[in-house]
Amino acid sequence: MVDVVAETPRVKTVAFDVASWAGHRPGQHVDVRLTAEDGYQAQRSYSIASAPDGTRIELTVERLEDGEVSPYLTDELRPGDRIELRGPIGGYFVWEPSQDGPVLLVGGGSGVVPLMAMIRARAAAASRTDTRLLFSSRSWEDVIYRDELERLSGHGLRVVHTLTRSQPPAWTGYARRLDEEMLAEVGPSPAERPRIYVCGPTPFVEAAATALVQLGHEPHRVKTERFGSTGG
Amino acid sequence: MDELMLDGNAVAGLLQEVFAVETTTANGTCNACGATNPVGALHVFRGAGVVMRCPDCDEVIVTIVRDDTRVWIGFAGVRMLQVTVEVPPPGPTRS
Repeated sequence: MVDVVAETPRVKTVAFDVASWAGHRPGQHVDVRLTAEDGYQAQRSYSIASAPDGTRIELTVERLEDGEVSPYLTDELRPGDRIELRGPIGGYFVWEPSQDGPVLLVGGGSGVVPLMAMIRARAAAASRTDTRLLFSSRSWEDVIYRDELERLSGHGLRVVHTLTRSQPPAWTGYARRLDEEMLAEVGPSPAERPRIYVCGPTPFVEAAATALVQLGHEPHRVKTERFGSTGG
Repeated sequence: MDELMLDGNAVAGLLQEVFAVETTTANGTCNACGATNPVGALHVFRGAGVVMRCPDCDEVIVTIVRDDTRVWIGFAGVRMLQVTVEVPPPGPTRS
């Protein structure tokens, strides 16, 4: 581990230098395996948050109170510590700047992490592909990558927030759970045949994927990555 | 809806241990309903092992159980698996 940055009160980004890293594609994940002194092992998957960048990779981890792995990654790990990582893994939930658009990214909470890797890779490639991120968070304080998303907006990237539990004073954006109407307003329309990536807790992904298909998007263009409701 | 349901992506690491190719982009055809979906789009349920189900008809496609040294993979519902293989780039061949 090389450094750690707090993103929100419950979420941190942990960066690793992996000497043998052969590069990754935006949307891929790694499996992190921890082994206790008595041999007990716990393994979890974490999406890679960073764009491909040599041997450095960043994982953004939400601390789950009763988790077996996430509290270790966010609170215990110190620069110089070594952990067991396997990856990069997966090829299905991947978008690369060489692919055409338009692209619709739908993230719930820390489900934004693999989507951020896509957005960062898009920016690094100076791509102008029509890309929209609909990002659902509990409150303004819980919005992961808030400042960076604002900075990267424009040049074809539009970021739309919905804040489901509490909103800052004078908030004019969405203030409800994601629904069909919201997805239709953010677009692109089914006629534009966007590539769609949805990531978040299982109930969130289920609701979003169902609504997108209801709107007329082809099911095979809606790629999903579910967290489940436990984990960590 | 099962709140613990995941996607085929979630077992990509496990499958990668066993197979030499990336499996989530492979297309599997369900023996029950005939639908073809990428492995990454299958529905995944974890218990003592892993059960992968067809997103169209919910039938069991693949089951996976592992212990410390072995993996048992059952292809109960796979009619066909289509895997993209890398074609070596054209050029002089070594002899």
